[in-house]
Amino acid sequence: MNSASSLLLQFLELVTALVAAPLLTGWVNQCRAWFGNRSAPPLLQFYRQLAKLFEKEVVLAGNASSLFRAAPYLIFACMALASMIVPTLSTDLPFGPAADAIALVGIFALARVFIALAGMDIGTAFGSLGARREMLIGFLAEPALLMVFFTASLISHSTSLSTIVETLAHREFVIYPSLAFAGVAFTMVALAENARIPVDNPTTHLELTMIHEAMILEYSGRHLALIEWAAALKLYAYSCLGLALFFPWGIPEGTGLASLWVALPSLAFKLLIGGFLLAAIETVSAKLRIFRAPEFLGTAFMLAVLGMLVHLLLEKAT
Amino acid sequence: MPSAPGFLCLDWILSLVCVWLAIGIAGLFAPRSFHYISRVLYPLGAAVGIALAVVAFAALPATAETMVLPLGLPDLPFHLRLDALSALFLLLLGGASAGISIYAAGYLRKGEGTAPGLQCLEYHLFLASMALVLLADDAYAFMVAWESMALTSFFLVTSDHRMPEIRRAGYIYLLIAHVGAIGILLCFGVLQGNGAEGVAGYTFAHMRGMDHNDFWASAAFGLALFGFGAKAGLLPLHVWLPEAHPAAPSPVSALLSGVMLKTAIYGFLRVCLDLLHHPLWWWGVLVLTLGLATTLFGVVFAAVQSDMKRLLAYSSIENIGLLFVGIGLTLTFQAFGMTALTVLALTSVLYHCLNHAAFKSLLFLVTGSVLHATHERSLGKLGGLIHRMPWVAWLALLGVIASAGLPPLNGFVSEWLLLQAFLFTPDLPHGYINMLIPVAAAAVALAAALAGYVMVKFFGVIFLGRPREEKLSQAHDAGILERVGLCWLASLCVALGLFPVFVIEKLDHVTTSLTGAGLGSAMRANGWLLLAPIDADRASYEPIVFLLCIAAIVVAAFLLVRRFWHGRVRVSGAWDCGFPMQTVRMQDTAEGFSQPLRQVFEPFYRLTRELPGSFDKKPMYRVIVQDHFWYWLYLPVARVAELGTRMVAFLQQGRISIYLLYSFVTLVVLLFLIRG
Repeated sequence: MNSASSLLLQFLELVTALVAAPLLTGWVNQCRAWFGNRSAPPLLQFYRQLAKLFEKEVVLAGNASSLFRAAPYLIFACMALASMIVPTLSTDLPFGPAADAIALVGIFALARVFIALAGMDIGTAFGSLGARREMLIGFLAEPALLMVFFTASLISHSTSLSTIVETLAHREFVIYPSLAFAGVAFTMVALAENARIPVDNPTTHLELTMIHEAMILEYSGRHLALIEWAAALKLYAYSCLGLALFFPWGIPEGTGLASLWVALPSLAFKLLIGGFLLAAIETVSAKLRIFRAPEFLGTAFMLAVLGMLVHLLLEKAT
Repeated sequence: MPSAPGFLCLDWILSLVCVWLAIGIAGLFAPRSFHYISRVLYPLGAAVGIALAVVAFAALPATAETMVLPLGLPDLPFHLRLDALSALFLLLLGGASAGISIYAAGYLRKGEGTAPGLQCLEYHLFLASMALVLLADDAYAFMVAWESMALTSFFLVTSDHRMPEIRRAGYIYLLIAHVGAIGILLCFGVLQGNGAEGVAGYTFAHMRGMDHNDFWASAAFGLALFGFGAKAGLLPLHVWLPEAHPAAPSPVSALLSGVMLKTAIYGFLRVCLDLLHHPLWWWGVLVLTLGLATTLFGVVFAAVQSDMKRLLAYSSIENIGLLFVGIGLTLTFQAFGMTALTVLALTSVLYHCLNHAAFKSLLFLVTGSVLHATHERSLGKLGGLIHRMPWVAWLALLGVIASAGLPPLNGFVSEWLLLQAFLFTPDLPHGYINMLIPVAAAAVALAAALAGYVMVKFFGVIFLGRPREEKLSQAHDAGILERVGLCWLASLCVALGLFPVFVIEKLDHVTTSLTGAGLGSAMRANGWLLLAPIDADRASYEPIVFLLCIAAIVVAAFLLVRRFWHGRVRVSGAWDCGFPMQTVRMQDTAEGFSQPLRQVFEPFYRLTRELPGSFDKKPMYRVIVQDHFWYWLYLPVARVAELGTRMVAFLQQGRISIYLLYSFVTLVVLLFLIRG
């Protein structure tokens, strides 16, 4: 293995994530606007917003602790690391062995715990409300996500993301019922985890409905910019994860830089479609009451477990 | 251990245990001299703890050492044995108790509960008896040590015996400890077999050599599960745990939860894997099911507690459940002769024992510091302590992350290993089991995620937000000795999290002695950074790279933001969507934070609600969450016992002539029998 080129590839993957994540969010917002028959914001709107936020000073509540100030950096780092270990440009990543699928769930959980703690730090009514709801969503979504990974791991006999992607990419093109169940479950989890309709609404500031926004109400300036960027990275990481698990074709296995000519366009194409579909789902569904969310995520969990059982019952011999 | 010839590790450990006993007795010479006890004796006890840990660490790779002590009854000497399993748990005892003892030295206050000298005696006797439990190599010595452990801990729990609820907690604890002890005693009786060997049959060496048929082996297993399960807090024998842990002083709660529960795990492992050789597959499934039920029960109840020590006690129940899940997997794999997977599951169990000892002791000690600073145990009256107690808060954060099973700290490693073991269950050669057990992994994942909820609640409500009571502004940080104790345990959490390969190499000595194989040889080939228990392609995790990566991105982000933009901060009031009126009462209380869970898991709880009416002048809101098991199991048993005693009670008339009549009748009946 050529370690210099694979390190470069790893670095490229991080840079791609940092650059593409705001674009993906911008694209989803554009599609949402089109579906709603509104004039869409430009694709680069998210960048402008980030630049504006970085420019502004931080207005900090008087009783904020250092945990509150450290959390945005930590959350950003967690999401950047997550998007680094999801195979997008190559399956042969030097940081791939550092964390497998279970550790990836751990990274998301770590970020969630910190954002919830930061939400509780100022001691406002909204902050703790958001933290409580986020943890509710989290504890329901996390096992479902883990079960999706379990199904994929049982198929590929590995929890390493690279191996999973390689194995799934080499299988013949047949619809596997277990993966179909897992795919539906994963989509539902991804909607909930990324604060999307029907579980949460990224554009609302209505106190009764917000979850993610309630936790980050007290943030401003560069802190808010980092958190928004991290949220975009999370959406990007989840999208890439879904693509890698269920549509793994087009991710090169070598470390050669030449393969980037295949990898980058196919990634961009898949993300465009994925973002469009996400906007479509969000447009046709209505926001659920918060206490319907457990039912929604419970369904996801059941589907994921069902996917695993289907694999064990029907596909184990293959 | 570089020891003089003839002076073995076991001798060293015995002498250290004797030093603990001596420290305890030394406390009696000046039972009221506060400085002598807290500044001399407890730190000495901590030093002994460290020494014990060092010797036990050295004894891990050594071959088993045995010894016969001429104590006990005539013809019934105490047999002792130090093998890898004992050494590992002695290491745990030494390491955890070192931190707890040094903390206790700073924690003791004048004029609280039992006289300090007496408490010092009980405390060190408790430590010594735990060490003897781990060393015992015959049923007699084991039971003597086990009972002294139960008694000393009972007296420690009831230190503040003037409060009726503490006396009640102590009573329940003692009761269940003894019911469990009967189970263990009977288990040893079964293991001993028909006793053809005479007196020598009570040694573990004899039991190890016996070959039981399935029925008797299963009987012994069931009794061991009952007896050790009672001590560990396995469902439905868990009720003493959430009572006894909050009642005890915090260092004692830490010892109970961090160390004593592990002696039960030790005993169970000793019986199932060492004394009984051939587990049946349904043992594993039974243990697994009970463990899962315990885990879910513990974490669901932990989430709704509003007393911080009760919350941690329920979280201990959850962790014990996870340990039993791991043991269940171990037994199942072993029953089917799958050695490599047995080792993987067993490693996760042993690893989690060490982890839980570190982080749960840490968290219990944290509650002690909070209790001393605020005189408040109820979460609803705390808040904002991160400003007043930064040391305690930041160390608690480490414990919280470890306990929630988040990378890169230690809780994650054992959870990761356990989930890896689950992924292999489809390979089991049994039709239904291989499909049902992976589903159990879903329940484990749910429990792990809920543990995160519990820990966010614990940390967020105590340390973050604004102080909910006026008096909290007088709270002070922990003293220097308390900080040392906390730092010691927190650094154990970090070390166990960052160097898993090193730890697993050491655990190999234990798994090799129990199952004949270890994980280490395959892993060492990958270097000490990469944790890959089976194969690097199959699963891997590098905590150090993980941590460095996050640290590097944090630093880079910080520097780049400063470089390209600025670091300006303006301090102002909280925004909160522009609501003009903000009071501290508007933050979530403990009840508020767990309200979603109360709603989702309503059937689990026995809820009593008192809601205020619309026209109440003094509105009252109260929610009482109780355990169904009290009403389903314990109260019926208690009622039957009461009925039984009432039926016997008519014999007791309180008049001496009647009692004399009883004696006379008995005498006549006996004479008649002898004549006949």
